[in-house]
Amino acid sequence: MIDALQLVAIPSDDAALRSEVRDFLRQHAAAWPLASRARSWMGFDAGFSQALGARGWLGLTLPVEYGGGGRGPFARFVLVEELLAAGAPVGAHWIADRQSGPLLLKYGTEAQKRFHLPRICRGESFFCIGMSEPQSGSDLASVRTRAERVEGGWRLSGQKLWTTNAPRSHYMIALVRTSGTQEDRHRGLSQVIVDLAAPGVTIRPIRDLAGDAHFSEVFFDDVLLGDDAIVGQEGDGWAQVTAELAYERSGPERIYSSLALFDAWIAHVRSRSVPDDASVVLAGRLATHLAVLRELCVAVTSKLAAGESPVVEAALVKDLGTELEQAMPVAIADVIGADEGPPAAAALLQALAYVTHVAPSFSLRGGTREILRGMIARGLGLR
Amino acid sequence: MTSPANVSPFLDPLEKLLSVHGTPAVVRAVEAGDDVGNARQAWIESGFADLLMPEASGGAGLSLRTADDLLRTCARHLLPWPLDATMVVRAVFAAIGMAVPDGFVAIAPQTSIDVDGRILCRGVPDGAAADWILAATPAGAMLVPVREHRSEAVFRGGAVATDVFWHAQPAGTTPVPREMDWMAIGACLMATRIAGAMERLLEMTLAHASTRSQFGKPLAAFQAIQQQLAVMAEQVAAARMAASIGMLADGIEADPLRAAIAKARTSEAVVAVTSIAHGVHGAIGIAAEFDLQLYTRRLHAWRLAYGTERRWHGVVGRALLAAEGPVLDAIVLRAAPPAA
Repeated sequence: MIDALQLVAIPSDDAALRSEVRDFLRQHAAAWPLASRARSWMGFDAGFSQALGARGWLGLTLPVEYGGGGRGPFARFVLVEELLAAGAPVGAHWIADRQSGPLLLKYGTEAQKRFHLPRICRGESFFCIGMSEPQSGSDLASVRTRAERVEGGWRLSGQKLWTTNAPRSHYMIALVRTSGTQEDRHRGLSQVIVDLAAPGVTIRPIRDLAGDAHFSEVFFDDVLLGDDAIVGQEGDGWAQVTAELAYERSGPERIYSSLALFDAWIAHVRSRSVPDDASVVLAGRLATHLAVLRELCVAVTSKLAAGESPVVEAALVKDLGTELEQAMPVAIADVIGADEGPPAAAALLQALAYVTHVAPSFSLRGGTREILRGMIARGLGLR
Repeated sequence: MTSPANVSPFLDPLEKLLSVHGTPAVVRAVEAGDDVGNARQAWIESGFADLLMPEASGGAGLSLRTADDLLRTCARHLLPWPLDATMVVRAVFAAIGMAVPDGFVAIAPQTSIDVDGRILCRGVPDGAAADWILAATPAGAMLVPVREHRSEAVFRGGAVATDVFWHAQPAGTTPVPREMDWMAIGACLMATRIAGAMERLLEMTLAHASTRSQFGKPLAAFQAIQQQLAVMAEQVAAARMAASIGMLADGIEADPLRAAIAKARTSEAVVAVTSIAHGVHGAIGIAAEFDLQLYTRRLHAWRLAYGTERRWHGVVGRALLAAEGPVLDAIVLRAAPPAA
C-alpha cells in the first residue's frame, strides 16, 4: 500500500521566505502580461533567472559550499509556489534548479559539482534533459543513443527528441546506452553530461501548436565526451533517472500550470455586478481542488525533506494535479461561452486559447497519465 | 498535522472496542433496528464520547485536529452510532457548563419549525440510532430527545440518514445557548467519515482484485483494472487530505472555509470511488450479504449529509469572489495549516 499523505505545516523559517519573494517579484511583475504569465514555467527569461541567482534563489537546496542556498525542500516549495503564482518566466533555470543540480549533487564527482553547481546557482548554466527519442517515448528504457568507449572518453551518437529548451541550454544530461543492446533494457544505461556547444551537436527547434519553439530535436554525430562525462556510476542510469523523477514530478508546477488563466478568469467574474451561479460553483470547485492538491504537494515535499524518494506519491499527486490543470481551461471555456453578459476581454480569451491548446502536454511531459497510473498500481501492490 | 503522540493512547483501545462492538453484524443490526445486546451500552460507557471535553470536566481535552485519526478509524468500521457528533456536543455542553446528556446525539443543522410547532430535521445521519437530536434552527439550537419519546418522533427514509419529525416539541427539550456553525461542524465530521470509509473500501477492492481470477489470472493483473484502482487510490488520497484540512482546528469549532473544502472534495470523490469499487467487485458487490454495500450506500448518504459538493463549492466560490487577491491568497493559503 501507499503511505497516506499527511497534512503538514510548512516550518516557520521556510514560510518566512514568502514575503521576501513577494517583495522581489513586485519589482518584476509589471513586465509580465497575461500572455506571458499563462506560459507559466515554459516562459523563458535568462535575465530574470540571473536576477534570481543574484538574490541567492537558484539552487536553494544545494549546499552553500557549491554556491547554493543551503536550505531544505520546504523553502524551495515556498519559493517555487510564489514564482508560479506570479507567472514568473522561470523556464531558463527551471530544469537545472529542479533536477539537474540535485542529481549532480547526489551522484556527481567532486569536480563535476565544483564546476557545474556554482554556475547553475548564478543562472549561467541552463540544463535540458535528454530522455525521449524518435522510437522511445513512454518506453524510456528502449533508448538507442549510444556512448562508445574511446581513448580518453566517450563517443556519442544518436538523437534525442522533444527536448525542452535545448536551443537555449548550455548542457544536456542525457540517458544513453553505454553497454549491451536494447534487449538489455534497464541494464547498460548511463547518464552523461553533454556540452551542447561541442562539435557534432545539432539542435533543431520544433514549433508547437501554439507557435512557440520550446522543444527541439538534438542530433549527436560522433560527439566526443571526456572521461568525466558520466554522472554517477556507468550502468546505473536507470536507477538514477528513476530517483530524479521524484524531483521532476513532485513540485507545485504540476498543479499550478493553469493558474494564471484561473486568476484572470476570477478577476473577470469579479468584475460582474452579479456573477452567474455556474461561475460561482465552478470557481469554488476549482479552488477546492487546488487547495487540497497544494497540501498533497506539501506532503510530498515533506517526504523529500525527510530524505525519502517519494516516487509513487509524486506520481499520484502529478496525475491528480494535471487533471485539474487540464480541467481548468475546459470548464472556464464552458461558462464563458454560456454567459450572455458582456464578452470577456481579448487577453483572457487569448490566454484561454493558449492553455486549452497546450493542456494536453500537461499529462505527457514528465510521464504520461497511463505510465503514472501504472506506477501507482505498482505502489498498491498490483504488479 | 495529527501528532501520533496525542492519539496513540486511545487508538488501540478504540480498535479493540470496534473489533468487538463495531463489526459488520452490529452495523447491520443497528440499521435494521434489531437488538444489539450490550454493544450500544459498551460504547456509551467506554468514555470515548468524552475525549473532546476539557480535562477539567473529565474529558481528554482533544481537539478536532487530534481526534482526526480516531474518528477516521471509527468510520473505517462504519460505527453505526454518531459517536463523532456526540463527542462535539458533549464538549460544547461541558464548555458552557451545562450537564452533558446521556446517550448519542445526532446533529441536524437545518431544522425547520412550522407555524403549528412541528419540528422537521432533514437527512440526519444516524438520526434513528440517536438518543438526542441537536436541532439547529435560525433562532438557535436545541437538544431534542428522541429515544425517550420515540412515539412522538416519526422517521422517514433509510436508517442510515433519516428525516426526524415531531408533531410538537417534546418534553425534555433543552435550548443550547451557544453560537456554533453546526453545518460546518457536521460537514467536517462527515468528511472525516467519508475519508475513513473510503480508505477501507480501497483496501477491500484491492483485496478483491488480487484474489478474484478471470481469464486465468487475477483481476489485478489486467491493466484496465490497474488504471482504475490507481484512480481510486488518487481520489481516496485527495479525500483524506481534504478531511484533514476540515479537522484543522485546535478546539471544537470548525473553520467554515476549511469545512467547505473538506466536505466538497470528499463528497465529490464519493462518485468515482464507489463506482470503481462496484465495477471491480462485479455482481457480488450488489449482494446484501456482502459488506461492500454497507460502505457504498453510506458513502452516498454521507455525500448528501451536511451538503453535497455543489453546495460547498458555492460557499468556496463566493468566498473567492468576495476576496480581492489571487486564489492562492484568497483560498489556498487560508485553508493551509499555519506555519509551525
